[in-house]
Amino acid sequence: MKKIATGNKAVAEAVKQAVPTVVAAYPITPQTEIVEQIAEFVSGGELKSRYIPVESEHSAMAACIGASITGIRTFTATSSHGLLYMHEMTNWAAGARLPIVMANVNRSIGPGWNIWAEHTDSLQERDTGWLQVYVSTVQEAYDATIMAFRIAEHNDVLLPVMVNLDGFLLSHIMQPLDTVEIGDFIPPTHLPYAIDVKNPTGYGGLTGTEEHYKMRWDIERSMRDSVKVIEETEKDFAKRFGRRYGFTENYQCDDAEVIVVAMGTLGKEAEVAIDLLRKEGIKAGSLRIRWLRPFPNLKILKGKQVVVVDRDYSFGRGGILATEIMAQTKEEVFSVIAGIGGQEVTFEDVAEFVRKRRIGTEVWFGVSNNV
Amino acid sequence: MFEIRIHSRGGQGGVTAARLLALAAIHDGKYATAAPFYGAERRGAPIVSFVRIDDKPIRVYSQIKKPDMVVVLDASVMDVVDVLQGLKSGGKVLVNSQQKKEFGGYLSSNVDLTGIALKEKLVVSGNPILNTPVIGALAKMGVVSVDSAKKAIREMFSDERNVTVAEAAYKEMSA
Amino acid sequence: MLKCTSACAGCSDSLALRYVLKAAGPDTVLVVPACCTSVIQGIYPNTAFNVPVYNIAFGAAAACASGMSNAFRAAGKKTNVIVYAGDGGTLDIGIQAMSGAFERGTDFLYICYDNEAYGNTGMQRSGGTPLGAKTTTTPAGKTEAKKDIDAIIAAHDPPYQATAAAAYPQDLFKKVQKALTFRGPSFIHILAPCPPGWRYSTEKTVEMGKLAVKSGMWVLYEREYGKLTIGAQSKVAMKKPIPLEDYLAPQGRFKGIDPKTVEIIRQRLAKNLSKLAAEEAAP
Repeated sequence: MKKIATGNKAVAEAVKQAVPTVVAAYPITPQTEIVEQIAEFVSGGELKSRYIPVESEHSAMAACIGASITGIRTFTATSSHGLLYMHEMTNWAAGARLPIVMANVNRSIGPGWNIWAEHTDSLQERDTGWLQVYVSTVQEAYDATIMAFRIAEHNDVLLPVMVNLDGFLLSHIMQPLDTVEIGDFIPPTHLPYAIDVKNPTGYGGLTGTEEHYKMRWDIERSMRDSVKVIEETEKDFAKRFGRRYGFTENYQCDDAEVIVVAMGTLGKEAEVAIDLLRKEGIKAGSLRIRWLRPFPNLKILKGKQVVVVDRDYSFGRGGILATEIMAQTKEEVFSVIAGIGGQEVTFEDVAEFVRKRRIGTEVWFGVSNNV
Repeated sequence: MFEIRIHSRGGQGGVTAARLLALAAIHDGKYATAAPFYGAERRGAPIVSFVRIDDKPIRVYSQIKKPDMVVVLDASVMDVVDVLQGLKSGGKVLVNSQQKKEFGGYLSSNVDLTGIALKEKLVVSGNPILNTPVIGALAKMGVVSVDSAKKAIREMFSDERNVTVAEAAYKEMSA
Repeated sequence: MLKCTSACAGCSDSLALRYVLKAAGPDTVLVVPACCTSVIQGIYPNTAFNVPVYNIAFGAAAACASGMSNAFRAAGKKTNVIVYAGDGGTLDIGIQAMSGAFERGTDFLYICYDNEAYGNTGMQRSGGTPLGAKTTTTPAGKTEAKKDIDAIIAAHDPPYQATAAAAYPQDLFKKVQKALTFRGPSFIHILAPCPPGWRYSTEKTVEMGKLAVKSGMWVLYEREYGKLTIGAQSKVAMKKPIPLEDYLAPQGRFKGIDPKTVEIIRQRLAKNLSKLAAEEAAP
């Protein structure tokens, strides 16, 4: 059905299709609209979920964990400080192998208080064992959230999935949204180790040095197996609903000499920059990273000049995306730090990054005088 | 791509006007996005919202710097904000006002949205509703079709008076 | 609970838990934050407990149980969800999640077994450590009083709350059974003397709990829909308490305590008893 919706609303609509038994959440700007909408669906009887209005994000994730281990479907949403506050529990959720789905609306981190888009919040969750996908349109926010449940709950994965969307730029923008009836797209939740009082089991107790690392390896093995599950899920989604995604979205990359890499809405805006550059005769392309965990294969970047735009930073090291890409491609990039704290970055700026690229260097947009 | 910037004050419905306009454009078979530029959520503060309409999917998320059109829902905003900033030469300005104001180099129109809303007693929390009549005015200016405008209003509002005020604004619009 | 837990000799945590689980029956899940009980289950893949035990991070037990209870109720299951947490996980790091779960009317039983310090990390002070007690982080004796968690719980107005002691197993057993009949949150606060932490010999665990009650340092009561009933053992203690020193002297943690501090403890004890007596007598 043809609708218009914000990114937040799209996530809530997707959750309505997935029907989690328990939603536990705490409000935070710019995510609040998601949980408000879900609470409204629940109170209006449109969504048969239990909504637990917890007193903190730490408790939101703890409640999802407690609910999930009984073998049911759970969802929560957060942003920025909320995500960081639940950090202990995001680790627990992955370590406990619980297929919780969470939407994170990417927002910068204080001090000072700033509610605008930035990716550092979710990138600080990079190493927790959560799968992470970054979306760039309202439609994609909807589609990715639906797929997240199926991927998380797949027997070969059984890990939590985080769907990331840019604060305000996507959470509050209105775009066309095509909603679907998912039918049996997400199979019923089946957690093989759900709590069973007839077969009492201890969960997460003392674990010795001979066992703990094997459990960690098991997470990594499932993370690797998730690649196939993501591919299958996206393929089936495309077959049923007509929209195809991928680990990355590549735009004019095949014959490109220089490729811009970014995530989220900036990755979309970059495509407009590519059109501009192509008109000038510059063979440019753009690659938008969708799945950050598991990290995609970026063979396509081999032998190309790469400009990475990071809306995030790891102090003392560099742009997080740039660092990850260099580690995989074993090649230097031109690293641009832009958009932090909601800093305005336009397609014209991105085109300028490409024109003035200096491979092997890093530039902070609007700070260094170089771009 | 046609880009519109809407100036209003917090609580006047500028954001909803942007959403209605985008929805109407989608009903016209086009692509559209509506984006509020939020500051702190403060009633009465000048705010802007943006609408982009195009025949192709819209991939731009940054703020509109060079609008094709500017809509001013509250003329008092013009005392504190340069509403013409970046407006393309020959661009259109629509002001909610009883009097027409000339802007050199731009096509100026005016309509008394406040009066129209008050006539229908369409007032919420003391604020006359401006977001639905303005869609009627914009339909007159050819931004969206009349049918799509009405359809969008009916989808977002159950009170039929919202359609009435849009029709009134359409009729009263200075040419 | 099976035999062979890895609890210390004379541990009253495991003693109390045995009665809690007996009273609760097999359709029960324990939610356990970091505490002595996370240690005494044994090491993976073994467990000494014969109900499902969900171990969770230190400050998260009540929130975890909140999710679990909602999930069970959504599935139409009556399974008892019991948080079994120490004083650190209740009075200190877990208080926010606990307060939230009580405020939301979560259908669960929260049990705090209180050994008055961080026991499994070697006895550091907690909000539950009494005035004058030596711990590894209060080597000269704690200069602040014990936090009144029962009053904090009472402020949430749960349908049922009680105090108990590992030294009075029948009383504890009955209170757990009763607590589980209420819909919504209930709370039981168990005094759990700890031989290595309180520095007394292991065979005196039960005696230590009894001395606490007999001296009036620990009062056994129930509060049902706000109505307080003081237990018979504590009634006796209120009429004819044993000297406070009889409770303090056998414990190494109070060794060398300043007489002025003892006097303050005595005054606070008396104040607490008269407050409870007045509450019970009120119409």
